[in-house]
Amino acid sequence: MTSLPKLLVIGGSAGSLEVLLQLLPVLDTNWPLSMIIVIHRKSDSDSLLTELLATRTKLPVKEAEEKDVLMPGVIYITPSDYHLLIEPDYSLTLDDSEKVNYSRPSIDVTFTSAAEVFGDRLYCILLSGANTDGADGLATARELGAFTAVQDPEEAEVSFMPRHALNSTIVDRVLTIQEMITFVKSLK
Amino acid sequence: MQHAVIRTMESVHHIKDEEIAVLLNDLLEQYGYDFTDYSFASVKRRLQRVYATDRFPSFAEFRYKVKSDPVYLTYLMEQITVNVTEMFRDPGFFLTLRKSVLPVLATYPFIRIWHAGCSTGEEVYSMAILLEEMNLLHKAVIYATDINETVLEKARKGIFSLAHMQQYSQNYQQSGGQRDFSAYYSANYEYAKFSEKLSNKIIFAAHNLVTDRSFNEFQLIVCRNTLIYFNKDLQDKVLHLFSDSLEQLGFLALGAKETLRFTTVAPLFKPVSQKEKIWRKISI
Repeated sequence: MTSLPKLLVIGGSAGSLEVLLQLLPVLDTNWPLSMIIVIHRKSDSDSLLTELLATRTKLPVKEAEEKDVLMPGVIYITPSDYHLLIEPDYSLTLDDSEKVNYSRPSIDVTFTSAAEVFGDRLYCILLSGANTDGADGLATARELGAFTAVQDPEEAEVSFMPRHALNSTIVDRVLTIQEMITFVKSLK
Repeated sequence: MQHAVIRTMESVHHIKDEEIAVLLNDLLEQYGYDFTDYSFASVKRRLQRVYATDRFPSFAEFRYKVKSDPVYLTYLMEQITVNVTEMFRDPGFFLTLRKSVLPVLATYPFIRIWHAGCSTGEEVYSMAILLEEMNLLHKAVIYATDINETVLEKARKGIFSLAHMQQYSQNYQQSGGQRDFSAYYSANYEYAKFSEKLSNKIIFAAHNLVTDRSFNEFQLIVCRNTLIYFNKDLQDKVLHLFSDSLEQLGFLALGAKETLRFTTVAPLFKPVSQKEKIWRKISI
């Protein structure tokens, strides 16, 4: 029996790139989930970010394109200036509607959309940042059965975003970078 | 169960997938608006936002409102479709139009351009400015269409928020514009009204890409960030509509994240700029 696909969505803003650069190298080529990364950043930096992350991991990294179907063991980077949604058939939709929390891509949007499709087969982690994005998405995802975690604000380069999430909703775990690495590696 | 302290529209009030399907069916059967081949996740998200913002106590009441109130329907149509746009959005795209596309169109005695999914018209006025600066506006006509009458009404007026003009002026300069951008509009309180010299060459009209046919032949069709909201079948159908509406060697311009790759019209086109998403119809 083949098991249903699972998804990890990592959302981050200021100070989150450093975390990814520590986390991604430890994943082996047989890591079985799909991963979506939503990072706030300036436009025009898309290919740079994708290339940079690709140099740090054994897993294939690609910018998410509309109609891409999520594949296991692939890391998808949300392009700047678009929200990323997930369709019931696991294909991706880019959406250029209004910014949410002054952000496009918005972490809330992708957490929420992913949870509606994946439910308890979804893992959401919110990293460092100076924005309120992600908190509502974590809450909704958890209601829909997803596992939710935030980076330990004590360790985060910019603690505002994970702290805001902790203040406004309940999450399953608060993870230091080391704990996050162990946790993500253990997913199957 | 714990509840969040503050929740925004993004999270509360969920409509079920089956209910979305019911509502989309109503829109089709009663009003002829076919959203069934739109990206489901995107339509669902937008319907959910309306449902939450307007605080309907139940889906049944939401559905009744849509079915019984034509004014509300107009509002809903505006909310379902995405109407985010700006002048000279993606300046590199407009620079490529200036350098590689319009000089070709300049050789024609008469220029016909179609902006499909033009929303409130910011990109259409940008195109008119390009034509004006290349001394082509006098022999050009731009057909600008959208499914949504409300945005077309805004577009016809050519009045945009003055607060955006600084950003638009920057975009304009990055797109190769060398004039004084503020010469194209007159400022009045918080609004900028664009010159009628531009709007006189634009025909704004309702056109539904899902159900309506081709209405002319063009040398350039611009449709940016509309196809991303369609499923694969509808994308193919609309791309064929565009192909059929282009003259031989006509140009097709799509949004920054849209492509002809993997579509059934791909063999009919050759790329002009991969980066700026411009193709040219090849002769058969």
